[in-house]
Amino acid sequence: MEGFDLIPILAATLRVATPLLLAALAGLFSERSGIIDVGLEGKMLVAAFAAAAAASVSGNVFLGLLAGIGASCLLGLVHAYACVTLRGSQVVSGMAINIVASGLTATLALAWFSMGGQTPPLPASARFLPITLPGSEALAGVPVLGRVYAALIGGQTALVYLALLLVPLSAWVLYRSRFGLRLRACGEHPAAIDTAGISVARLRYAGVLIASVLCGVAGAYIATAQGAGFQRDMIAGRGYIALAAMILGGWRPWPILLACLAFGLLDAVAIRLQGVVLPGIGAFPVQAIQALPYLLTVVLLAGFVGRAIPPKASGTPYVKER
Amino acid sequence: MAASDAAAPAIELVGIDKRFGAVHANRAVDLVVRRGHIHGIIGENGAGKSTLMAILHGFYQADAGTIRVNGHEATIRDSRDAIRLGIEMVHQHFMLVERFTVLENVMLGAEGGARLAPGAARARAELSRLGEAYGLTVDPDARIEDLPVGAQQRVEILKALYRGAEVLILDEPTGVLTPQEADDLFRVLRALRDQGRTVLLITHKLREIMAITDRVSVMRAGQMVAHRNTAETSIAELGELMIGRRLSAPAPRPAPRLGETLLEARGLSLRDAAGVERVKGVDLALRGGEILGIAGVAGNGQGELLEALAGMRTPSAGEIRLNGRTVFPGRDFNAASLRRQRLGHVPEDRLRSGLVRTARAAETAILGYQHDPAYRTGLGLLSHDKILAHGARLMRDYDVRPADPSLRSSLFSGGNQQKLILGREIERDPAVLLVGQPTRGVDIGGIDAIHQRLLACRAAGKAVLVVSVELDEILALADRILVMFDGRIMGELTAAEATEQRLGLLMAGVQDVAA
Repeated sequence: MEGFDLIPILAATLRVATPLLLAALAGLFSERSGIIDVGLEGKMLVAAFAAAAAASVSGNVFLGLLAGIGASCLLGLVHAYACVTLRGSQVVSGMAINIVASGLTATLALAWFSMGGQTPPLPASARFLPITLPGSEALAGVPVLGRVYAALIGGQTALVYLALLLVPLSAWVLYRSRFGLRLRACGEHPAAIDTAGISVARLRYAGVLIASVLCGVAGAYIATAQGAGFQRDMIAGRGYIALAAMILGGWRPWPILLACLAFGLLDAVAIRLQGVVLPGIGAFPVQAIQALPYLLTVVLLAGFVGRAIPPKASGTPYVKER
Repeated sequence: MAASDAAAPAIELVGIDKRFGAVHANRAVDLVVRRGHIHGIIGENGAGKSTLMAILHGFYQADAGTIRVNGHEATIRDSRDAIRLGIEMVHQHFMLVERFTVLENVMLGAEGGARLAPGAARARAELSRLGEAYGLTVDPDARIEDLPVGAQQRVEILKALYRGAEVLILDEPTGVLTPQEADDLFRVLRALRDQGRTVLLITHKLREIMAITDRVSVMRAGQMVAHRNTAETSIAELGELMIGRRLSAPAPRPAPRLGETLLEARGLSLRDAAGVERVKGVDLALRGGEILGIAGVAGNGQGELLEALAGMRTPSAGEIRLNGRTVFPGRDFNAASLRRQRLGHVPEDRLRSGLVRTARAAETAILGYQHDPAYRTGLGLLSHDKILAHGARLMRDYDVRPADPSLRSSLFSGGNQQKLILGREIERDPAVLLVGQPTRGVDIGGIDAIHQRLLACRAAGKAVLVVSVELDEILALADRILVMFDGRIMGELTAAEATEQRLGLLMAGVQDVAA
């Protein structure tokens, strides 16, 4: 079975799913507080640029990560100010963020690095590198297990593990903590929060900022772990796929993980099949597989998983009646 | 606590003043509420009761005035301050998260630590204790959306008690309850009073005030006009204080002069968008010269039935006959076609389907009839002059105030909007008139005017169908009463047979065994 080896495909699935997972969890926290976040894409893009630029200038990948998170949070604050404080349209604000991010990163990249809208390629020292787990060598001789340990369980960057750890953590915060209870209530019935003596605005700012931090990590991952530098519009729609994964997962952490892994697997298979010639058809139509996440979302939402019910108050600014 | 504090009133409001733009909602309002009392506040819609209570609960802030709690001056900037002072409110629209369990709702805002688990155990124990002490039993793990309204209200009260309410404010608590559920609520309120807690009850129902309160304050047009000990007043006196003039006793109605059957439904069923059956095989017949009332707790299919009869929704089964002709099943079953066949309809939710908020009053006055050539110019375009002239005449005839046909519809009070819509439908001389919630959000003066109009339609031989959740209204208008429960007709009573007790049982889904 040469050419269709499962372990590299699964390893690639994890790598591809990581930014989706981070961004989908970001969307989860924002929307559970009642703020729709279509600006995931833009925040990730800005974070990718800031992370690549900072890592390139300083040579330190952690400074890059911090810069990415910082840039994403700045955009997040703009979104929160527009949606919570000014009670503007959340979708419009999110789209504006995406458009601004796309133009701003390309322009700044051109102005600062003069490389046609890219940042300089990052050396290995300024990137997140795969971690070799202890004992990989010793286990190398063991047939299947050795490779699973070295290339699937191990051999991933730190951010992949972080993203996976965030799933149980998010579930705990959401369902077992005071903050989570209030956040969920805020997205369902903000007046109930207000009359309980809790600030709706503060909770919604918190939701948006948590989302921004996660988008920052996702963007930094794409530019400094998966890739080695920034390229124009390098998020390439992953923000929207993350939104789809969030909806498919019904705004719950564990199902979101499953959705992200499914989308990641499709992507990994698509990459594998690139250039494969099928008898009778010719070159394999990779676009068909790339379209699958979207098709899958539409089909599943149309009937198989039932109606996805979003947080009731998400998208509606909180205004005291009268 | 000093000895003087024990005698101090639980709540004292002095000179509370509040404006919303041009509206002066509270003018120098004074109120003293004794500890361990059930204190009623009555007034018409828009009299300022809810605003006053929202100020006490910290939802709004007063422009001027002083609040004293247990004799000490208090600053209440937000609900958190009010809760700290032991002031809790059960809002008219419940502040419950529908997808949460009872336990989660009760804990919200009083979680007792960053982790939920320890607080949850404590809340569970406290809930069962409170449940036993006050007869407020609710399953702590039930989801709010699965609970009937009465149980949801118990959760609101439990939530307030769990947070340590010393003063409990209830805003129009019986609007959504059957009479029996309301009696249960009153039992709970009396138990609270007997334990030394203070209850503030906002309502516009005089009978409730007489039944349960110790003392009552009357508001009119933003001002506090009178305080009475309940034992020393009467419904007549309170009603007079409330509207500022004497209420005319309802004139005895002549017996109906019944005409032909004009509207008939057989086995009518209806599914909503989610496929749930909301109306289940309803039969009814409506004759000229009578008013048929449909009673029931809100949400038992009356609204859907009304919309089906009006052609706004397509039934899933059954037959509808209008003026002796079968209109459903039929090719041309829609609201416009039924209107042409002399069916008038005043929808339940006037803001959603009765008028266009941003349209002028004169435009609202022709909605649904805008194709009439009477409103057109020679070229066939809508004529503003004709529309405005028609609007002005209609507003004069139906006493819509202010009588300015070019004012935006949303700027009128609920009662005046309703008179405008009612005028629009009656003016067309329908054979059948369907009216949903004729006086929802309408004050007493307006209620009287609207009821007179409907009785005039009856006298003119029209067939009138009234859907209302207000039992008083049904009893005042209807010749026959159908009670709906869970999409079915539970029973039919004539006006003479109908008592609040019997209607209440039917509304709760209990078959009338006495009949």
